[in-house]
Amino acid sequence: MSARVTVEEVERVAELAHLELAAEEKPGMVRDLNAILDYVAELNELDTAGVVPLAQVTELEGAGGLGALRTDELRPSLDRSEVMKQAPETDGAFFKVPKVIER
Amino acid sequence: MKTAETFVEKPKTLAELRAGIESGATKAADMAATYYDRIAAVNPQLNVYLSLSKERAMEQAARVDAMAAKGDPLPALAGVPVGIKDVLTMRGVPATAGSKILEGYEPPYDCTAVARLEQAGAVLLGKINCDEFAMGSSNENSAYGPVRNPVDPERVPGGSSGGSAAAVAANMAVATLGTDTGGSIRQPASFCGVVGVLPTWGRVSRYGLIAFASSLDRIGPFAGNVRDAATLLGVIAGQDEMDATSSPQPVPDYAAESDKGTEGLRIGVPAEYFAEGLDPEVRAQIEKGIDALRAAGCTIKPISLPHTKYAIPTYYLVATAEASANLARFDGVRYGHRSKTAETLSAMYRSSRDEGFGAEVKRRILLGTYALSAGYYDAYYGKAQQVRRLLAEEFLRAFAEVDAIVTPTSPMPAFKLGEKTGDPLSMYLADIYTVTASLAGICGVSVPCGATAAGLPVGMQVLSSHLQEGMAFRVARAVEAAGL
Repeated sequence: MSARVTVEEVERVAELAHLELAAEEKPGMVRDLNAILDYVAELNELDTAGVVPLAQVTELEGAGGLGALRTDELRPSLDRSEVMKQAPETDGAFFKVPKVIER
Repeated sequence: MKTAETFVEKPKTLAELRAGIESGATKAADMAATYYDRIAAVNPQLNVYLSLSKERAMEQAARVDAMAAKGDPLPALAGVPVGIKDVLTMRGVPATAGSKILEGYEPPYDCTAVARLEQAGAVLLGKINCDEFAMGSSNENSAYGPVRNPVDPERVPGGSSGGSAAAVAANMAVATLGTDTGGSIRQPASFCGVVGVLPTWGRVSRYGLIAFASSLDRIGPFAGNVRDAATLLGVIAGQDEMDATSSPQPVPDYAAESDKGTEGLRIGVPAEYFAEGLDPEVRAQIEKGIDALRAAGCTIKPISLPHTKYAIPTYYLVATAEASANLARFDGVRYGHRSKTAETLSAMYRSSRDEGFGAEVKRRILLGTYALSAGYYDAYYGKAQQVRRLLAEEFLRAFAEVDAIVTPTSPMPAFKLGEKTGDPLSMYLADIYTVTASLAGICGVSVPCGATAAGLPVGMQVLSSHLQEGMAFRVARAVEAAGL
């Protein structure tokens, strides 16, 4: 799985992540990502065939009964005006953003 | 720069503080004022606090003093001055997470752990510097400048909760809250010579924690001694209706648990944590700590945790994947920084994030997005989740044979500012002994275990199984009592 990341790939991933990278940032990111990906390639040494992925420790058998999620139910949340006070731009009821359709 | 010695100052213990307030010998308001004076005196050199919540603190101190004057029974943390890592929200107090993207943000709610401290009588002094979005092992990634280690200001305090550890070491708070995703409480506790606690994942509600990697993130206390840290954890732990993942299991009296002694306990010492790369002085101190446990009636048992070497790569895939998802919310729409230059929505997202995020945060978002992207998901993120299970199950097997596991907290004492900033991978390796417990969800304590010849603190990590914090406190107390 040790892939060599190119500048084009870093640009593609940056776009997916809504990140803008300055031209001078790109070579450093390419170098760092490749170094990290080379390092994580160590995981290939391990045979994990048949191992069930673990996303949350609550899924572990024998973890002392951590689990049991509460029911997901509708309940009052934060006051709208309090939330809007922190918005960079708002009309009081909605968040205002620049135009969405680009031409 | 002052000499190193002037910054280290042992805080009062909870017992001393409480006795003073109960008897009327000390007023909570005077205590808070003394701490604000101390902060004013040393913060310019150490850069620990980012903002102070003086009005709120003095109101709380007045409430505590009124209770004491009436002779009412005082709650567990009555009048205790506490500092809060700036990734935890306090209503109306700036929360930056060490990032420019949240400059000026004042959350409309309190983090549950913070609210519980205040309900127990604690006086909240203010918000403490940290690595940006808790990403870092040295506290050099804060947009507000690095925190300096009170033991030696030319050195880092550890990260990402370096400010919270430094605050206790320099007596700028009696106790503090930090967060630990891959070692961010334990490693700075070790570097600064204080006690730091990693609770079991789910033990403390994460409501009001600005998330980094949700399946790993935990909130925990720092204090000057093990018993105080245990008391603080008892206050903040327990199920919370605001966090569906908080554990429903009852919370034991941790301070009482820590008093139980260690006669007959079985302590595992994993060979993998004493291999190449461990500083010889750190090793010598940890061996003294192990001898102290033997003298305190413990049986020392060599064990093996062979998957340890895979922990760092696994951690950096899991953590960055989750970070890339969690940090998507910082887009300039609802709060925080919005770029003033962009003319369209998508350009605004990109520019706001570009202007707001620092280099390490961008690096981790890119790595996480890459690991989750089409074509790479199974090879990276999926593989890491499988190895995560192997690591966690390995710990569970070990805890069938031993009550606790002890290791060095960090392979080296505090390093110098700038020493590792040019090489992210070498910085990531600073977490080599802490990330396994993070991935497995188990709990642990870093307890001071003497110092190097140069006077740099060494920390011992005491790990125990899920929800067995009381056991970790018992063992840590024995190490503390040895006075190494």
